[in-house]
Amino acid sequence: METKTTKEKKELTVEQQINRRNFISFAGFAVLAGSAFGGWRWLSNSPEETAGITAGAKAPLRRALNNTELIFRNFFSSNHLVKTYPKSRAAKHVRVNSDIGIESNKKFDPATWKLEIVKKGGEILQITLDELKKLPKTELIYDFKCVEGWDQISHWAGVKFIDLIEHYHLGEYTQMQYVGMETPDKAYYVGIDMPSAVHPQTILAYEVNDKPLPLGNGAPLRLIIPVKYGIKNLKRIGTITFSNTRPRDYWAEQGYDYYSGL
Amino acid sequence: MKVIKEKHSLLMRWTHWVNFPILTIMIWSGMLIYWANDEYTITLFGHKFFSFFPEWFYHALKIPHRLSEGMAFHFLFMWFFALNGVFYVIYSVISGEWRELVPKKNSFKEAWLVLLHDLHIRKTAPPQNKYNAAQRIAYTAIIIMGLGSLITGLAIYKPVQFYYLTRLCGGYHFARVLHFVLTLGYVFFFIIHIVQVILAGWNNFRSVISGFEVINEPAELITETPVQPTTANGNENN
Repeated sequence: METKTTKEKKELTVEQQINRRNFISFAGFAVLAGSAFGGWRWLSNSPEETAGITAGAKAPLRRALNNTELIFRNFFSSNHLVKTYPKSRAAKHVRVNSDIGIESNKKFDPATWKLEIVKKGGEILQITLDELKKLPKTELIYDFKCVEGWDQISHWAGVKFIDLIEHYHLGEYTQMQYVGMETPDKAYYVGIDMPSAVHPQTILAYEVNDKPLPLGNGAPLRLIIPVKYGIKNLKRIGTITFSNTRPRDYWAEQGYDYYSGL
Repeated sequence: MKVIKEKHSLLMRWTHWVNFPILTIMIWSGMLIYWANDEYTITLFGHKFFSFFPEWFYHALKIPHRLSEGMAFHFLFMWFFALNGVFYVIYSVISGEWRELVPKKNSFKEAWLVLLHDLHIRKTAPPQNKYNAAQRIAYTAIIIMGLGSLITGLAIYKPVQFYYLTRLCGGYHFARVLHFVLTLGYVFFFIIHIVQVILAGWNNFRSVISGFEVINEPAELITETPVQPTTANGNENN
């Protein structure tokens, strides 16, 4: 039998060889194309993730976003600084893109506002704006980047997040994984990984263009974090919390990447 | 008498066909992202000739209001796009196939003659091996464009962590323009490529799937060289 088959193989004509190789390669091509199409169908029909800290994305795509975050976190360094610009380049009219959590019909009195930092055991540290203004002031003129694709050079000033931490002896909390920030009405909220939060250019801003923040830009205090897209730059900070798990995040619940790092 | 002539390696065929759907997904998901702030137009002397993209185009492709979805797809398939390209380049370098691909000194002059021939202005085309001069230029350019998309993409994706890439690309804005223009380039390449493949015919198209072309050799050559060695060779390669 064996000798017979090898003999037959040797006697294949060119025409037979062409047909045979065509058959094998086109069949292989069809199988691969079919599985690629099947894979695509599987991905596009895959169910949405179970709603939790993140929501709104297809489950496999969310897994991919989370894994991609882990890879790109390796490239993060607090020595990598966002490019800064001279004051003359800063926009005179700073774009107001969203008012979630700071809607104008909501009752809010900046004068009675206090920043609340939730410490271990539920103890709350309250800080007034005047107290914050006594801390070293940091100015930052940089290109604010929105996830939508627009960007704007803007001029902010406030207290560095890390300066606030050190001044109030909260250093032990930087050992934790995340910082959570919420508006006083809890309608808008973000979660920030600790390395990004303590980045030297992360500030809690109370001024824009050398003037106190207008309500639309997040008065009396907002987060300016250049290593994140605008969606993480929470306006009107009410409370700050620390945790080892991801705090809830408004846009991560709407299908966006939790990390959203730049 | 028909003779089998080996043309494309398995890895070249594999990466070529893998790239096609991946690049399609990257362009589609890129449009989902771009829609959220579609600021590019062709404007000359204050007159807007074209804006990317017209409403009917967005609606025909169901693009509006899918930014987060677009980003999720884009940042998954970017890995496959990059890896596939890296495989191809490494393979081409190690196998020496790059010699058939990269333009030679006279390729730029020859490409003009190829163009004239393709447009039926000139009767003869310059002699060639695997790729003619115009193909060498186009196929090398498309690889460089792929690298360009990767670099401009990273420059936009992580402009703080990869600030040196953003600087290399002429800043955040220019990196985005380059990323966009490269994509238009792929679409342009695709159109020309399809027309050329149709014109080149079945034998050429098949070679990108089966790896070989069939050549009709004059009868007297067959008597001199037996078919056997060529075919044995062919089986080995495939």
